[in-house]
Amino acid sequence: METAATPIIEVQRLTAAYGEETILENLSFTVNRGAVFVILGGSGCGKSTLLKHLIGLYQPANGQIFIDGQDLVSTYGESRQTLLRKIGVMYQHGALFGSMTLLENLCLPLEEFTELPETARNLIATMNLSLVGLADYHHYYPAEISGGMRKRAAIARAMVLGPQILFLDEPSAGLDPITSAEMDELILRLAGSLGMTIVAVSHELPSIHAIADQAIMLDKETKGIVANGTPQQLAHSVNPHVRQFFARQAGS
Amino acid sequence: MTRSADHATASTATLTVDDSRPELLSLTIAGRLDLAGATALWQTACALIEQRRPRQLLLMATDIDYCDGTGIGLLVEMERQTLRHGGSFKLDGLRDEFAKLREQFELSELAELPSSRPEPCCLPEATGMAVAKTWHALRALVAFTGELSVAMLAALRRPQSIRWRDVWLIAEKAGADALPIVALLSFLVGLIMAFQAAIPMRQFGTEIYVANLIGLATLRELGPLMTAIILAGRSASAFAAEIGTMKVNEEIDALTTMGLNPVPFLVVTRVLAALFVTPLLTLFADLFGLAGGSVVLLSLNYPLVTYIHQVQSAVSMGDCLGGLAKSLVFGIIIAAIGCLHGLRAGSGASAVGDAATRAVVSGIVLIVIGDGIFSVLYYYLGI
Repeated sequence: METAATPIIEVQRLTAAYGEETILENLSFTVNRGAVFVILGGSGCGKSTLLKHLIGLYQPANGQIFIDGQDLVSTYGESRQTLLRKIGVMYQHGALFGSMTLLENLCLPLEEFTELPETARNLIATMNLSLVGLADYHHYYPAEISGGMRKRAAIARAMVLGPQILFLDEPSAGLDPITSAEMDELILRLAGSLGMTIVAVSHELPSIHAIADQAIMLDKETKGIVANGTPQQLAHSVNPHVRQFFARQAGS
Repeated sequence: MTRSADHATASTATLTVDDSRPELLSLTIAGRLDLAGATALWQTACALIEQRRPRQLLLMATDIDYCDGTGIGLLVEMERQTLRHGGSFKLDGLRDEFAKLREQFELSELAELPSSRPEPCCLPEATGMAVAKTWHALRALVAFTGELSVAMLAALRRPQSIRWRDVWLIAEKAGADALPIVALLSFLVGLIMAFQAAIPMRQFGTEIYVANLIGLATLRELGPLMTAIILAGRSASAFAAEIGTMKVNEEIDALTTMGLNPVPFLVVTRVLAALFVTPLLTLFADLFGLAGGSVVLLSLNYPLVTYIHQVQSAVSMGDCLGGLAKSLVFGIIIAAIGCLHGLRAGSGASAVGDAATRAVVSGIVLIVIGDGIFSVLYYYLGI
């Protein structure tokens, strides 16, 4: 029986390296189904590297990553494609296809992976655009909309195949406080209404407090997790790196 | 009558039809209404509503265990279709968590959309748009020519203002690095042309005049033209892609805000580099073209010295210099067109590709037009 307390992601002793250089060492953590999970840390601590391992772009040097009970590292071929269909990813700058309108960007995965007729594809794409507040912009090209709108459109594209887990790379980075707050509200709405598990990489403290059920903090020196818990638990951590991070961010 | 259908083995969603009452179509959806489930039921459900056009549709959703955005999409489509046919729609028993998701969508917001922007459908409109586009392109070309001429004159007046290091680097990339391909293609074209000409000329015992043909054609036409076309494909596209990428990455804006005009900074250096290397490459193309022709004459048992004498008697210094003069103009066209399309690039990854394509196509067209003008000019000048 799948319950909210069941882990949907389980990382066991993960070591990530670029050639000889180890970035992350012996990482273990779990993400519960339906939770909003935030990976935080300073620049260069390996947040994006961890995310790219979780979404299957990089192979770990060591360790295992279980997505919905299936090991991503040792799964290949058709099974891996099926497993990857359970996740949706929003990249930091959106990574929308510039030669396509927003509607076409959303229709592309539906066209490739489903047998739905065109009217159905358009309806589902429009509904997803509507969820992120961009239904009126369906005919715009990515270059014609703002950075915040591009991020929202990228979230809509990531959701279009109904994934169980949504990965967001720096959803609030580069946005003004109001747009950033709107993005936080959107993430919470998606987690609430669609029941998705959301894994976000962020170093924006207000966002972390607003959205996270659970967070881990990575550290560049130890190459591992220095804190794991709710944002409130992290804010009161005794670890000097965590305290410094929260104090600096709160100060700024 | 009650029917039940399990529509896909991978899907656990089922659609049951109860049509015991003629005025009311009662449907029951059960199971998991996710992407797979909704996809499996979509066509059947829509076809059923289209066929029956019910005055009332009652959709029983009590047994839907899971419903995501696509599942809600199916429910919305069924409602939309029923209303379109003038019927009424009632959704019954949808769980609260799914009902909340359904409430986020207004039917009025979800109008049926075309898959892409409407294209011009009538010929006059399409013609008008094409003419306007060409007119804008021509205006941009004229404006750019003026801007480049001013920048070139200013640079020639103050040669110390030119970024010579960049000029030599570009000259190396566009010129020295292009030498092998220019040499190979010119050699092969010379060889093929001589071979094709030698076969019919041999029947009349005039194969020695192949040397005249190769000499004149290579020095006056093929050398400059082949070199220019190779450079248009190789360097004009590279200039357009490089400057187009700079435009996309806002580097051109950065130059402008620093007070640096992109034309003297980026275009003049490239035009000067092309101005230096195109005649040099043309000279090499001439030499290798003649060498290619000599191979055929040697294979026909003519000594090399005879071939050289025949070429010398057929061509004059004017032919050679005329070809080199053309190549100077071709060099300017290639570099300027490449830079122009780079500077006019739109935004996004495809814009860079479009700029490179336009640079090559319009570069080659302008080179051939220029070659035609030179032919007429040389005729009247008696060159």
